[in-house]
Amino acid sequence: MDGKPEKRNEVVLQGNEACAKGALYAGCRFFAGYPITPSTEIIELMSGEMQKAGGAFIQMEDEIGSACAIIGARWGGSKSMTATSGPGYTLMQEAIGFAAVTETPIVIVNVQRGGPSTGQPTLSSQQDIYQARYGSHGDYEIIVLSPSSVQEMYDFTIRAFELAEQFRTPVILLADEVVGHMREKIVIKDGTEEIKSEKHQYVVSPQEDFFKGANSTVEGQLHDDQGRRIGHIASKSGDFIYNINRKIQDNIDSIASIDTYCMEDADVAIVAYGSVARPSLNAVKHARGIKDDRFMSKAKIFRDLFKRGVSETLSSDYGHLKVGLVKINTVWPFPEELLKQATKNVETVIVPEMNIGKYSREVERALRDKKVIPMSKCGGDIHTPTEILDKILEVEGLDEEVK
Amino acid sequence: MNKLYEKYIKKESLPTLFCPGCGNGIIQRAAMEAIEMNGCKEETACVSGIGCSSWIPCYLQLDVIHTMHGRALPFAEGLKLAQPDKKIMVFTGDGDCVAIGGNHLLHAAARNIDLTVVMVNNNIYGMTGGQKSPTTPLEAKTKTSPYGCIDMPMDACGLVMTLGASYVARWTTAHPVQLTRSIAEGMNHKGFAFIEVLSQCPVQAGKNVWGEKDPAKIMDLYKKYTYMTKTGEVDPAGARSASAIEGKLPIGVFRNDPDAPEYLEKVEAKLAECGIR
Ligand SMILES: Cc1ncc(C[n+]2csc(CCOP(=O)(O)OP(=O)(O)O)c2C)c(N)n1
Ligand code: SF4
Ligand SMILES: [Mg+2]
Repeated sequence: MDGKPEKRNEVVLQGNEACAKGALYAGCRFFAGYPITPSTEIIELMSGEMQKAGGAFIQMEDEIGSACAIIGARWGGSKSMTATSGPGYTLMQEAIGFAAVTETPIVIVNVQRGGPSTGQPTLSSQQDIYQARYGSHGDYEIIVLSPSSVQEMYDFTIRAFELAEQFRTPVILLADEVVGHMREKIVIKDGTEEIKSEKHQYVVSPQEDFFKGANSTVEGQLHDDQGRRIGHIASKSGDFIYNINRKIQDNIDSIASIDTYCMEDADVAIVAYGSVARPSLNAVKHARGIKDDRFMSKAKIFRDLFKRGVSETLSSDYGHLKVGLVKINTVWPFPEELLKQATKNVETVIVPEMNIGKYSREVERALRDKKVIPMSKCGGDIHTPTEILDKILEVEGLDEEVK
Repeated sequence: MNKLYEKYIKKESLPTLFCPGCGNGIIQRAAMEAIEMNGCKEETACVSGIGCSSWIPCYLQLDVIHTMHGRALPFAEGLKLAQPDKKIMVFTGDGDCVAIGGNHLLHAAARNIDLTVVMVNNNIYGMTGGQKSPTTPLEAKTKTSPYGCIDMPMDACGLVMTLGASYVARWTTAHPVQLTRSIAEGMNHKGFAFIEVLSQCPVQAGKNVWGEKDPAKIMDLYKKYTYMTKTGEVDPAGARSASAIEGKLPIGVFRNDPDAPEYLEKVEAKLAECGIR
């Protein structure tokens, strides 16, 4: 680049703060919420900043009320968001189905904690991966983004608003306690982005925002393109269901996003999403003998290796391992084609996730010809790079040598 | 079709799903007349929950959100906060408003947020076929209280008055003129306006609650079991129970306090005080 370097707004933020700032940048002007760990920083920040940005904020009496309020506000013309965790996300489910069926563009943040029930208020998990997809009753498709860094908390929140408006659908930002609470230096933008609200060609019942003289009908019962109920007519209702699902499925090419790392010559791939992509990347770097490491201090690497009784020379010993990473950014709709493409030359796929091994089933379904190894971790701790490295060594048949 | 219907009804959506003789039609008409009286059709949007009564606005030529069971109020609060200058009407039933939506009712009333709520009280879950509601009278035999209702019926007007709703009225479908005036007044009132309407459900509440299937006769009973009050004369705030059958029930405008601070005004005042806006 010649000329002056672009002005970079570098700030150190917590993931939850970055999410709130991303929303404000994306033009979110209504926030309703109810406090719950580990998402509380988002409502706290919004309670001070939203009104400064000219928007409205309300602390509701519960999470279902919060989800309902943001839907109401969106029909009033304000881009809107709520944020929650665990039990609060469960309480919102009926409203998420309502937003899907009424094609209301809203953003819901779930900073995952451990469950079920009150579970583990302060520890991380990825246990809501399927609830994010199918949490409300009935058949619908939904868009779910999974950030793995503070920068992505910011960027994916903005992207969530874009996708919500483009496809007229609720979009879930499926974060977790680790990315929600960590602090990193990120680049943020000034001002507000103009996100266009499109009436996409697949939108089934394109109702106008209120007070535009359109006499819009926002109807939770299955309805025709005018918003009139058709729930009692089987054939028309069937069409509605197919259409509302197709509008996401048929446009997966413009929704799906993955990142790959060292996949060109890889014969083993780690497929990870959210915060678990971080130790996964780290493990890949170790296996490849790549010294540079943004994600873990040298001291920590050595400590981990030391604990395992392995010498510092490990990276040169195992630096030849052909391992790569596929980081899934849009967990739903499932980026099947992108994943197939990225992994077409690998034999083995390892899927580390902080739950009982849920997403790995979907990966297995998509990659039938490969060996898919789930790497479940429950209890609240994120996988360490060493654990993932161990699994890589095991897959490569090298684990005995290390012991 | 008369002029009012011509202007307000979405003909494509007819017929309504109301049974013959249902009180919902009377209330729908009162709402249309009130909006027409105020001349505020362009500035009005409706939000409703789930139940027969929540279908009332769905046939109107207005912006309408027909939401989820019990949740009309939070939807309406979001809409109001996004459009503070507009008039938001909420249609809800006794089950929708006081049972599943009870928590939202408490908080919306306590905020004194500027909404006009019409709660259609037919003392029953009409839509699901005649089960007990929070306003079903004691001893009434319903589909889910086959031996007689043992739960004390709740007084929704008393409840919201206790919490600070600033306009509160109760009418019946036998008082359409007063009801219309109250809805119009409530829409012009800045604050939480709560209007309960006793409304006949001849099909599900007729025989079991009123001992009468004939809508006209139930409306006669409304007149018989209620007494008219002037504003401020009776104060149902804190009243434990309200059932026309168990004794004379007051109707009228119980509270009309234009000076009570409204939620959005409080927000603006606080932001001004802190130099934010
Ligand atoms: C979450 C949920 N629970 C239950 C129902 C079933 N349901 C529909 S309407 C209704 C009761 C309606 O009673 P009310 O609000 O008094 O309205 P009415 O039909 O009497 O006018 C119930 C229980 C539902 N739609 N959603
Ligand atoms: S069931 Fe009752 S409330 Fe419902 S439409 Fe029929 S008469 Fe009206
Ligand atoms: Mg009822």
